[in-house]
Amino acid sequence: MQWLLASDALLPARNQMALSLGWHIILACFGMSFPAMIFVLHRRGLKGDADALELAKRWSKVAGVLFAIGAVSGTVLSFELGLLWPGLMETYGDVVGLAFALEGISFFVEAIFLGIYVYGWGRLPGRWHSLMLVPIMAAGVTGSFLVISVNAWMNAPTGFDLVDGVPTNIDPVAAILNSAAGLQFLHMYLAAVMVVGFSVSAVYATGWLRGRTDRIHRLGILVPLTFAAVVTPLQPLVGHFAGQRLADEQPIKLAAMEGLATSTAEARLELGGYWNGEELVGAVEVPVDGLLSFIATNDFDATVIGLDTVPEEDQPPVGIVHIAFQTMVAIGSALVGLIAWFVWRWKRHRDDPFGSRWFLRALVVAGPAAVVAMETGWITTEVGRQPWIVHGLMRTEDAVTDAGYIWVTLTVLAIVYFGMTIGAVAVLRSMSARWRAGESNLASPYGPSPGFAPEIEAEIEAEVTT
Amino acid sequence: MSVADAVAAVMFAAVILYAVFAGADFGSGIWDLTAGRAGRGASTRRLIDHAVGPVWEANHVWLIFILVLLWTGFPSPFAALMRTLAIPFWLAGLGIVARGAGFAFRKYSPTLRWAEVAGVVFATASLITPFVLGAIAGSIASGRVPADGRAGLWEPWLNPTSLLGGTLAVATCTFLAGVLLTADADGLGDDGLAAELRSKTLLGGVITGVIVLAGIPILIVDDQTLVDGLLGRALPLVLISGIAGTATMYYLWHRRYRAARFGAGLAVATVVAGWGAAQYPWVLVDEVSIADGAGHRAALIGLLIAAGLAAVLVVPPLVYLFTLADSNQVGSAPTPTAPPPLAESESP
Repeated sequence: MQWLLASDALLPARNQMALSLGWHIILACFGMSFPAMIFVLHRRGLKGDADALELAKRWSKVAGVLFAIGAVSGTVLSFELGLLWPGLMETYGDVVGLAFALEGISFFVEAIFLGIYVYGWGRLPGRWHSLMLVPIMAAGVTGSFLVISVNAWMNAPTGFDLVDGVPTNIDPVAAILNSAAGLQFLHMYLAAVMVVGFSVSAVYATGWLRGRTDRIHRLGILVPLTFAAVVTPLQPLVGHFAGQRLADEQPIKLAAMEGLATSTAEARLELGGYWNGEELVGAVEVPVDGLLSFIATNDFDATVIGLDTVPEEDQPPVGIVHIAFQTMVAIGSALVGLIAWFVWRWKRHRDDPFGSRWFLRALVVAGPAAVVAMETGWITTEVGRQPWIVHGLMRTEDAVTDAGYIWVTLTVLAIVYFGMTIGAVAVLRSMSARWRAGESNLASPYGPSPGFAPEIEAEIEAEVTT
Repeated sequence: MSVADAVAAVMFAAVILYAVFAGADFGSGIWDLTAGRAGRGASTRRLIDHAVGPVWEANHVWLIFILVLLWTGFPSPFAALMRTLAIPFWLAGLGIVARGAGFAFRKYSPTLRWAEVAGVVFATASLITPFVLGAIAGSIASGRVPADGRAGLWEPWLNPTSLLGGTLAVATCTFLAGVLLTADADGLGDDGLAAELRSKTLLGGVITGVIVLAGIPILIVDDQTLVDGLLGRALPLVLISGIAGTATMYYLWHRRYRAARFGAGLAVATVVAGWGAAQYPWVLVDEVSIADGAGHRAALIGLLIAAGLAAVLVVPPLVYLFTLADSNQVGSAPTPTAPPPLAESESP
């Protein structure tokens, strides 16, 4: 029994945080960008497009399901901040707390207006009803900015003076407006639009490939894909500026991402490869002197700082950071290419943009690919910040709980989230099957209850009569 | 009143709101658990589905607010709390996830078997979660959270006062939800269900009363500071709670459900407020005072501004949502066979 309670918490705690954040962030993407897509459809519907209105109604119910499990997984995260990282909250809780408090308000506003919106079908006049999405969209922006600003603060801690290891002269607003917050938020906001845009259009592209080539499916592909088309080409640019901030403020993270072992002047850019523990192996070098220096600093001659400038205990796990970053960039570039293909098809085959099965197959793959890109991006920034939980100030091992049973909670959480994933997929598939069968008035969380599904009501009926 | 006191007061206001709103949700889940097999319990479950209504799970935002106020306003007591009471907090977190997911998945289940499994998860979690939250409250109130957070794994939350707190939390949630569900059933015109729920709730009220009376000697033996507070500063609140609880029973007996609803809510709110008043000026009873445990002044002032902002931004739409949901209460719930007229047919 003793071994059960005597293990080191750091590794399981980091994995648990990664699992619960990585899971929740997918739902958060939907909270951030799905309402805008519903809004576009709803407004179209109000102009007389019945298919668009039906789709807006369906998506509002999907949003209800995703929001519900997002709400509980978000609650878990607020528990975990204290349960896994008491050292962090004890020392810096009051520095970053304002952002969380304001985020709580955003989340509440989002929840209430989502409730009003889902409740409003058939109860609120059309235009007024559609406007209920506006506070949801606004709260999605403010809420995600505030949460990301806390994460950015861990990369660029500011808003206090450290006196004998204790933060004093706290300025909560300066902490929120730290130097990393703006770009990190923008990068994530665009990522959220990409994740939702590509994954929703992937669902309808799958349907199209199976022969469901009706107008609902056309809209279901076109609307989210158009959102994705607007933001995807901007994403590399935002990522580039975020990288330049790293070169300035967190050069070791950048060195890990690029696999740069030693500081190099006129550094060349290397693509792919893997980190063997000492150096980068098997990468393709772009034969332009100083390209990496230029990308990082706008100067071909500049020296890019390498991992060797800090002792090994201050370096992140380079292998994971490097491969995660390379994966993100590769997928992001491929998605830019996919958007170019889409624009080309749209110009040449406007009447039949989905006539190419290969294009549809690419759309289907793009959904999960966008999720992978977003997740690898988070792995890059989170693992890349190690061994610090607060860059340069607090090591992760000093923030972690000393509880010995964290691998137990990690195991339980993994099982529960696995079950929740299965449940969510089953529920969404069942909703989709019922829509195909012609039902339109499905129950939804936050919505008025029309009782259970008809099949279940029938079974209950049967049980009562026997 | 210092800034730290004001933050503590705001935090306790959030505790009260969580107790009332989430308490009703948890209680509904407990009624779900005891509703019987699928056939017999269907009418109760349908009612619960309807009543838990539009903001379920969003009620946990109050809990998130409480945690945020704690770690921002009182960072080191927060860390002490999380270290000492890690296990009940893990259980509460797990319970909240299982509850929310179970409820959502039941609503869409493709088959009755699925619905039953999801329903059992939802209902069991609804029982466990308020119990551990009550145990946490008992633990704080009885001064079992040391300032350095170094206590045993089990004793801090498995002790007489915590067990009393957990039991009482379950009983009050059940009673509160029973009153609300009875009123709902009556409002929907289901007299048979209302009568059944009414008599069960009356019984639940008696049991809650017995637990309270049985708890008095436990408190007297187990924690001096709390008893002093309850009989001192907090006495008016305790008395109001007792009177409101008794009045709720009276109104329930006479089938005056609207008054009973109000009484039940008041009883829960005042008993939680009484706990807060009794433990003032401690954050962690007998260990850390509000003044000593408070974070930096700028952070505290930021929290108060955020709280003001929350009142302005959250309350009006919340009232609007409840009005919208309430206007749907009496007999106008759409059924799967009779879809409501859609918005597009109305000219906006």
